[in-house]
Amino acid sequence: MSRATIKDNEVDIVIGALRSDLTSFLNGWRSVFSQFHLIIVKDPDLKEELKIPDGFNLTVYTKTDIDQIVGSTALSFSGYSCRYFGFLVSKRKYIISIDDDCFPAKDNKGIFVDAMAQHIENLTTPATPFFFNTLYDPYREGADFVRGYPFSLRNGVDCALSCGLWLNLADLDAPTQALKPGLRNNHYVDAVLTVPRTTLMPVSGINIAFDREALGPALFPALKLAGEGKVRWETMEDIWCGMCVKVVCDHLGLGVKSGIPYVWRKDRGNAVESLKKEWEGVKLMEEIVPFFQSLSLSRTAATAEECVVEMATTVKQHLGTAHPVFGRAADSMVEWVRVWKAVGSKSS
Amino acid sequence: MANPSSSVPATPVLKDELDIVIPTIRNLDFLEQWRPFFQPYHLIIIQDGDPTKTINVPEGFDYELYNRNDINRILGPKASCISFKDSACRCFGYMVSKKKYIYTIDDDCFVAKDPSGKEINALQQHIKNLLSPSSPYFFNTLYDPYREGTDFVRGYPFSLRGGAPTAVSHGLWLNIPDYDAPTQLVKPLERNTRYVDAVLTIPKGTLFPMCGMNLAFNRELIGPAMYFGLMGDGQPIGRYDDMWAGWCTKVICDHLGLGVKTGLPYIWHSKASNPFVNLRKEYKGIFWQEELIPFFQSVSLPKDCTSVQQCYIEISKQVKAKLGKVDDYFNKLADAMVTWIEAWDELNPSSSATVHNGAAK
Repeated sequence: MSRATIKDNEVDIVIGALRSDLTSFLNGWRSVFSQFHLIIVKDPDLKEELKIPDGFNLTVYTKTDIDQIVGSTALSFSGYSCRYFGFLVSKRKYIISIDDDCFPAKDNKGIFVDAMAQHIENLTTPATPFFFNTLYDPYREGADFVRGYPFSLRNGVDCALSCGLWLNLADLDAPTQALKPGLRNNHYVDAVLTVPRTTLMPVSGINIAFDREALGPALFPALKLAGEGKVRWETMEDIWCGMCVKVVCDHLGLGVKSGIPYVWRKDRGNAVESLKKEWEGVKLMEEIVPFFQSLSLSRTAATAEECVVEMATTVKQHLGTAHPVFGRAADSMVEWVRVWKAVGSKSS
Repeated sequence: MANPSSSVPATPVLKDELDIVIPTIRNLDFLEQWRPFFQPYHLIIIQDGDPTKTINVPEGFDYELYNRNDINRILGPKASCISFKDSACRCFGYMVSKKKYIYTIDDDCFVAKDPSGKEINALQQHIKNLLSPSSPYFFNTLYDPYREGTDFVRGYPFSLRGGAPTAVSHGLWLNIPDYDAPTQLVKPLERNTRYVDAVLTIPKGTLFPMCGMNLAFNRELIGPAMYFGLMGDGQPIGRYDDMWAGWCTKVICDHLGLGVKTGLPYIWHSKASNPFVNLRKEYKGIFWQEELIPFFQSVSLPKDCTSVQQCYIEISKQVKAKLGKVDDYFNKLADAMVTWIEAWDELNPSSSATVHNGAAK
């Protein structure tokens, strides 16, 4: 099985800085990050100066840059959404983005996982969304397609999104973590697999990578909870975005993988405290999921941009009436595409 | 001999509710290694091939054994639906069983070890899989949320967290992987050494290749769908028995709101069958599956098919209508599918009126 070798200069690592002191974070990832270009976007709400150690090839963007480059817009890049600005200004083919409270994880053999390399591997080997392979990713070393897997489907499709996982503090919602305060994920599952076509999933923004050229503006800051906060328990923006991007990928014939790499996520925040804020998001999911399960895009939507615009219209028509947060999300999606075209539609 | 370890439960779960079905043409010495895990359970042995041969079953196992003469005697003319000279004959065991659950295993499958070196009680893991719900409607990125040490992730709707009843538990294999003949020929030395510590639900609407080597299912929920087709002697195809059953089963499970899990447990698959022999058996299947997959992907079952048998008969009609033109084999197979259901209902009279309570799609 041939693998495309990609150069480091085809990758941008985008970090949304929600905390000012990035010293331990960047030092923790130094051996893996230092060969790449980093885009660090400071949360516009963050008052303190960023503390960044030396020795990295990086570009830092702050509120001033966001205002200047994007111009007048109703879009909000506050909190976790600041990373999307990084996706916007990147000129590279691939983007890897992880939260600033995540560190390298160790695999079952106690060896540190190079999460960047694994994401790149996921994105540069085909995905297999049309038929499930019981030995998981058939392109991995030591694996293959099993008996009964149709040969015509063995070329696979391009993988556009790689969703990694988390050891220690897993991406559970606030009610679940509050109920099980001691639950930590110690379970290293040595697999990556393609999430089948038409199957929806919660895409967590904590540890992802994607093909920016293929997906373009399909990852966006749109759904803002009224009480959105600075811990993942108090957000749904990535989940909303992930539902959209899965529909786009399914429609465009692109693949989405889930599994390794793992990152190690630091204990942070208080699930019980966040319960009050996240409850809104939990309730919204009950409407979001049936909507996306029945969503289909027209044949004429042939690019990610066209898909997003069409989805926004449908969101406004069907969900916007039920809850104003969806109406605003739809408007943001349209605005995002406009901004994307104005600022970010070219790769160097 | 397997060392009785802490994974052997003190009171075997489902001891009187589960049958282990094993097809064989040789002796059953492999059971010695499985003794600590299997001995509490009743075995149904389907002896394929020469019925005059005596199959050696190790002492101490409680079993019933059926050879071809028994199958012919019990089913009469309907015995035509049961394959001869192919492990597909195992499905006769599903039909004659009176238990709620079935575990089927091949006689070249042994006890595997997990990465810590502990022997895996495959049966116990299958039982855990079957007794906990599946999650077919939305993918959980942390895999089976009902396993110890994990849960549903953020964004997973609460209304879907009850899950669906689990009908099938599909286990995997270390050592010799279940590859088709072309892959075996290209990679004769490849061994599966990767222990993936996960069970996951195969999402609704997604098909998969179901391997019968290490498989468990809820016979009451899905039994009649587990027909392993016409293979072996006198048939143009082999090594597609479990595949056929898997595609029918998955379509019916999706329709009836039942779940299919895959992943743990692993067994140790010791014997690589001859790839040239396999190629001859699979050859037609490799071409036919290009038609079969689109067929199964587009099968739509009417709302009034609310039992497994009704669903299965409906599929057989569509097989005849749409696949008959691919090869006359599918006309015979469609007829055999009907015969199978008739035989099933005859041998299992109380279940013929079973209507599944799950919402048909």
